[in-house]
Amino acid sequence: MIDRATLEQRVSAQFPTVRIGDESGDLCLTVERQQLPALAGWLRDEPDLAFTFLNQLCGVDYLGRDPRFEVVVHLTSFQNKMRVTLHIEVPEADPTIPTLARLFPTANFQERETYDMFGIIFTGHPGLERILMPEDWLGHPQRKDHPLGYEEVAFTHNEDWIYANKPFAKE
Amino acid sequence: MVMHAHAYPDIEIPTPSQIAAVALNNEPDENGEQSMVLSMGPQHPSTHGVLRLAVELNGENVVQLAPDVGFLHTGIEKTIETKTYTKSIVLTDRMDYLAPMSNNMVYVAAIEKLMQQDVPERAQTLRVLLLELTRINSHLVWLGTHALDLAAMSVFFYAMREREYILDIFEMLTGARMMTSYFRVGGLAWDIPADFIPTVEDFLTHFLPKVDEYEDLLTNNLLWKQRTKGVGVVNAADAIALGLSGANLRASGVDWDLRKTMPYSGYETYQFDVPVGQAGDIYDRYRCRVQEMRESVKIARQAIERVKQMHGQPYVTENRKVAPPPKSEITYSMESLIHHFKLWTEGFRPPRGSAYAAIESPRGEIGCYVVSDGTPKPWRVHFRAPSFINLQALPHIAKGKLMADLVALIASIDPVLGEVDR
Amino acid sequence: MGLEEKAGDLGIVTTTLEGVVNWGRTKAMWPMLFGLACCAIEMMAGQASNYDMSRFGLELMRASPRQADLMIVAGRVSRKMAPVLRRLYDQMPEPKWVVAMGDCASCGGVYNNYAIVQGVDEIVPVDVYVAGCPPRPEALIDGILQLHEKIKRDKITDHADGKPIRIEQAERGALKPLG
Ligand code: SF4
Repeated sequence: MIDRATLEQRVSAQFPTVRIGDESGDLCLTVERQQLPALAGWLRDEPDLAFTFLNQLCGVDYLGRDPRFEVVVHLTSFQNKMRVTLHIEVPEADPTIPTLARLFPTANFQERETYDMFGIIFTGHPGLERILMPEDWLGHPQRKDHPLGYEEVAFTHNEDWIYANKPFAKE
Repeated sequence: MVMHAHAYPDIEIPTPSQIAAVALNNEPDENGEQSMVLSMGPQHPSTHGVLRLAVELNGENVVQLAPDVGFLHTGIEKTIETKTYTKSIVLTDRMDYLAPMSNNMVYVAAIEKLMQQDVPERAQTLRVLLLELTRINSHLVWLGTHALDLAAMSVFFYAMREREYILDIFEMLTGARMMTSYFRVGGLAWDIPADFIPTVEDFLTHFLPKVDEYEDLLTNNLLWKQRTKGVGVVNAADAIALGLSGANLRASGVDWDLRKTMPYSGYETYQFDVPVGQAGDIYDRYRCRVQEMRESVKIARQAIERVKQMHGQPYVTENRKVAPPPKSEITYSMESLIHHFKLWTEGFRPPRGSAYAAIESPRGEIGCYVVSDGTPKPWRVHFRAPSFINLQALPHIAKGKLMADLVALIASIDPVLGEVDR
Repeated sequence: MGLEEKAGDLGIVTTTLEGVVNWGRTKAMWPMLFGLACCAIEMMAGQASNYDMSRFGLELMRASPRQADLMIVAGRVSRKMAPVLRRLYDQMPEPKWVVAMGDCASCGGVYNNYAIVQGVDEIVPVDVYVAGCPPRPEALIDGILQLHEKIKRDKITDHADGKPIRIEQAERGALKPLG
C-alpha cells in the first residue's frame, strides 16, 4: 500500500510536467494529451501503483473557456484502494486525443460515447463510431451549443395550436 | 493480486458496422463454408430491453458479435444540466429502473462530496436499509428473468411475488412503487412512516426462507447446471481489463466490493460478507447474486436495529442552505420562509469544482461525476453506468460460444438498458 | 324477440354478428412483448403473480409482431427506436390496436429533449393512453379494459367492400408511408 503523498512524489519525479491538484479529496493529475498514454500506462504497469481498473472516461464541454473541452478519466488501484483522476484538456480547433482503448479495453465504449456526445476524436481507436445516437445524426448533442431540443408542452390554452401542428401518425 | 505489464490483456471489441461489413463481403471459403450475420434485436424477448446484437455465426457458433446500443438513449445527462440539483433527482431514478435508490444515492453522494455536506447518522442508516432493499428488489427481477430465459418459468412468478412486498414497502414510504426519488442532498426527502420498520422486519423474516426456495428450484437443478456451469467464463485479468464490476467481477474471483473497500454511508460499521466466486462462469455469477440477497438481509437487519435506537433524530441535515425547513417552522419563522422560498425557486449553489462518487449498485460500480460552475444548475453530470460497461464484455465472453448460450450470457451480465443508454 | 322466446330452453342466444366478432376480439388479445423501458417492468409485474393480466384474456405475450394484435408501447421511444417501432407496427396483422403505456409513450413525459419522441402518437395511431410514470399494473389493466369497450363499439360497416378501411385507403394512395 502506498499513500497519496508517495504517489504524488513518484508522479512528479517521473512526469515533471504533470500538474498535481485535488478534486474533492481525490488526487487529480492534469496532463498534456500527448503524455496521456505514457502516464496511464505507467500508472497501470508499475507494480506498486497498479492502477489497473479504469472506472470511467467522459468528456466535459467548458464552452467559453480555452481550451474548450476536457476529457476526464478515473483510474482505481485495487491494490492501494485509491482512485486518481486524470484531466486532459482538448482544444476546440483540434479536438483529438490519443486513445486509451489499447491500454484499457474498457475505455472502448466510453470513448465512443465521448466521441458521439462531444465530437472528440480518439486517434488510434479501433472503431470510433457513434454509439448512442443514430448513425445519421448531425451534431454532438452534449456540446453546450447543441440545443436541448425542447418542445412546447400542450396545455389547455395552447393545445389547439400545438395539436394542429403536431405530426400525428396515420394508420 | 499483482499483475505484470505483459499480463494485461488486450481485447478487441468489434463495432456493429464491422460485423455488417462481414455480411457484405461474405464469400464461401474453399470448403464452401460461409458464415452468417444475424441481427438479434432490438425487439427480442431475451435481450432484456432494446439491445441489438450483430452476431456473426458459423453454424451454431458465435464467431464474433457486437452490441448495438442507444435504442433507449434518453438524454438524461443533458436534461440534468437544465434543471436544479434537486429537481434532477427525479431523472436519475429512471436510468437503472430496477434500482432507483442506488441511482439517487450516487447522485446525491457526488453532490455531497462536492459540497462537503455531511449527512445525519439516522439518514445514513436509513439509506443503507433502503439500498439493501433495492438490491434485493433488483436481484429478484434479475433472477426471475434469467430463469425465464433459460425456460424455468416458475422462478419468475416466485421472484415477482416477493418483489411486490418490497414495492409495497417503497410505496408506503414514498407513494411510488418504482420511481421513488426519496434521497435528497443531505439526507432523505421526509421521515419514515410509523409502521415502516415493523413492515420491513416482517418482510425480512418472510423473505429469508424464500431465498432457499429459489435455490431449491435452481442450484442443484441438473438442467440449470448444464446450461450455466462452465459457460461464459471470464478470468480475473480479463474482467478487470474489461472494467466489469459488481457480481460479474466478484464471480471471477476478484474481491472488490465498494461497500467494503471504499465504504460510503457508514457501510464499514456493518457486519457482512462479500460472496466471491472462483470459476467466473454464469453459475458463479448466479451463486454470488443469490448469496448477496442473504447478505443484504443481514445488513438490513442491523440497520433496523440501529434505526430503532435513533428515534427522533433528524432525517435530513439541519443546514437550511441545502435542505428546506419543516413546514411547521415556516408558519412562525420569517427566516425559514425565506429559506424555503429560495430553495424551491432557485435551489442551492455548490461551490465551483468537480467530484466523482461511486457506490456499489446491484449491477456494479455506479459512479457519478458532477461539475459545478457555482450556479444552481450542474454544468455537467456524467454517470458511470455499470450496465453499459459490463455489456462491453459480451463480445469477449460470447466468442466461440453457442447461440443458445448467448441468451444465458446476456441475462447473467444483468444489463438494464435504461442505464446502458441513459 | 320471437325466436328467443321460443328457443329459450334450447340454450340459443341471438345477437348481431358484430357483437360476436367484437366480443371475440376482446377476449383473446395477444399483446406484443414490447418492453422498452421502466414501464415494461410494470407490464411484467402485471403479467406476474400478483396482478395476472391473463384474467383479462392477455394470456399470451408474443415476441413476434406477426402473431400479435395489441401493441403496448411500454416506455420511452427514442429517435433511434422510432423507425423500428413503426416497422413492427406495420408488420402486425389487421385488426390491431396500440396502447401507449406511461407518460413517455403518451407525451414524452419528463424527457422533453432531443433524444425522445414527444409521444408515440407521432409514429403510430394510439387507441388508449395510460397515464403514470410508471402506471401501476392496475392502471394498465384499466387501460386494456377501456380498449375492450372501444372495440365493442367497432362497426363492421367501417370496412368498405369487405376490406378493412385501412387497406382500402392504402390502395387509394390516401395513406402515405411515414417519411
Ligand atoms: S413513463 Fe416513466 S416509468 Fe414509463 S418509461 Fe417513461 S420514465 Fe419510465
